[in-house]
Amino acid sequence: MTRQGRPRALASRSGAFAWGAAKVLATAFVTFLGLLLVTFVIGRLVPVDPVLAVVGDRAPASTYQRVYLELGLDKPLYTQFWMYLTDIFRGDFGESVLTKRPVLQDIARVFPATLELATSGVLIGTLLGIPLGVLAAVRQGGISDQIVRVIGLIGYSAPIFWLALLGLLVFYANLGWVSGPGRVDISYEYDFTATTGILLLDTAMQGRWGAFGNVFSHLALPASLLGYFSMAYISRMTRSFMLTEMAQEYVIAARVKGVPEWRIIWIHALKNAAVPLITVIVLSYMNLLEGSVLTETVFAWPGLGMYLTNSLQNADMNAVLGCTLLIGTSFVALNLISDLLYRLLDPRVRRRA
Amino acid sequence: MTVAPPAPHGASRREWLLSEQPASRRQARLGQAYRTWLAFRANPLAMVGLAIIVVLILVAIFANLIAPYDPLIGGDLRTERLLAPSLDHLMGTDDQARDIFSRLVHGSRLTLMVVALVAVIATPIGLAVGTTAGYFGGWVDTVLMRVTDVFLAFPRLILALAFVAALGPGIENAIIAIAITSWPPYARLARAETMTIRDSDYISAIRLQGASAPRIIWGHVVPLCTSSVIVRVTFDMAGIILTAAGLGFIGLGAQPPQPEWGAMIAAGRRFLIDQWWVATMPGLAIFTVSLGFNFLGDGLRDVLDPKAAK
Repeated sequence: MTRQGRPRALASRSGAFAWGAAKVLATAFVTFLGLLLVTFVIGRLVPVDPVLAVVGDRAPASTYQRVYLELGLDKPLYTQFWMYLTDIFRGDFGESVLTKRPVLQDIARVFPATLELATSGVLIGTLLGIPLGVLAAVRQGGISDQIVRVIGLIGYSAPIFWLALLGLLVFYANLGWVSGPGRVDISYEYDFTATTGILLLDTAMQGRWGAFGNVFSHLALPASLLGYFSMAYISRMTRSFMLTEMAQEYVIAARVKGVPEWRIIWIHALKNAAVPLITVIVLSYMNLLEGSVLTETVFAWPGLGMYLTNSLQNADMNAVLGCTLLIGTSFVALNLISDLLYRLLDPRVRRRA
Repeated sequence: MTVAPPAPHGASRREWLLSEQPASRRQARLGQAYRTWLAFRANPLAMVGLAIIVVLILVAIFANLIAPYDPLIGGDLRTERLLAPSLDHLMGTDDQARDIFSRLVHGSRLTLMVVALVAVIATPIGLAVGTTAGYFGGWVDTVLMRVTDVFLAFPRLILALAFVAALGPGIENAIIAIAITSWPPYARLARAETMTIRDSDYISAIRLQGASAPRIIWGHVVPLCTSSVIVRVTFDMAGIILTAAGLGFIGLGAQPPQPEWGAMIAAGRRFLIDQWWVATMPGLAIFTVSLGFNFLGDGLRDVLDPKAAK
């Protein structure tokens, strides 16, 4: 490479990254529009007359006609879709029939609870899953390998809501180790103010340690449960990434050089396995958002999942579609983030882009 | 033309199957299948999985003979409600005085029906979308794959929930919803397979003979993609069962009094602490069956894809 050639090559490489990132962003945006189209179509599939839902079945024909025009139902479908799009981009998800409040406000109120639960779950899963997966790969066929296998099989086969019920039965009803359903006991509910909505943070920042302990004992069981499912996935993937890395030539080279085995495993190989692991952790976070829908009802956890289930059982379509759209959008966003991180961290991907 | 091989008997049948020089296409194919079976049989977990699935199918077929009680009509509400497991009622009774074991036995029919129908609906959609996208390439590919990505962007359960909420609860709508959310991975797979086949010589040969695109896709591309897609569907069956059970648990799948396992767990929640068996037994059934499908899937992958076997 000549002296002038070098900076140009570097410039074109970062240019390639920008171009690749732009392409990923554009794709994510198109996918987002597609999500909107799907929720729009689902909204039209509902066999309930939207006008009747607004005016009731005893309204005079003139009122019916007025609302019919107001809702734009006389316009062609593509115009209706456009109206739907502009509403969504203005942050108007419609009003919940159940709570009589705008759906977006409702979601903003319940989302921190789900965020706290899913984040604790993924933290537990990552902190336990990665070391377990590494051990399983290093001692292939050993005890830790068998443990990873069994944990994975249970995690892939057991219904999450059933394990949640069993957990409540054993750890709450029989052993009394943890608190039961809900996020916090009534006696502690007014002991602190929920500023962020993430109760562990709120209680800790306000120094209400009694309330903190109570919140923690409520969170422990559902978070460990979600953490288990996340650990099942993360440990299995860590194992397979580590097996690939440990068979690479640089590992042999390091061994020949006399690098201690623990350093090869935990520093050299794990560092290389970390890049695909990021995608796995993000994916597992998304799975937990989904899993929370089924667990929250069991634990009476007032988050997005319980809000969605309540709305479903009451055919509150605005709320259902709002939640669907929000969860779909967070999926697209998380995918985007993991894709961009991957490009930033792995020089091989950067060069190919 | 080969002469029909002599009808094999006894021990020679094994030799005939394992012959290194098969005399006919049929012998070669049967031999290949036999070797796959031998490899599969060597995997104990896969055989356990197969046994679980076979038992499930037999139970579903002979449900009327196996179940000692009626699954829908309970016994005496005054004396037979919420009985603990005993010899009379192997898994106890529920709050309607119905025998839980009998309900589980009949519920196996619903579970099998869901799995089979989802596979029958989702596989052709995935194959059609994937092979079309892969064969034509260009903007057809771009559009179809964007659509696939949109469906992949939704978490499966959430999208299924939204569809069922719109269509109305019930097992038929649950099946449709799960099928709508299951096809995208099959489309991805079929597309990848098609792109490797698309430029091979025999496809060019048929094209030169003037075969139309649909004819090439359905007659010559689809048959080659089907087997890998079917293996993939087998992996997904545990997931399909769990999604269906989740829908039933929330109350959007099979409606009472149908003995659907997920709905049975939901019904048992109220009695969890004092009558644990009402909610626990159906969960055990779901767990066993998904475990069976997972074992079977793992075994199949090891046999059919030696690269993944580690």
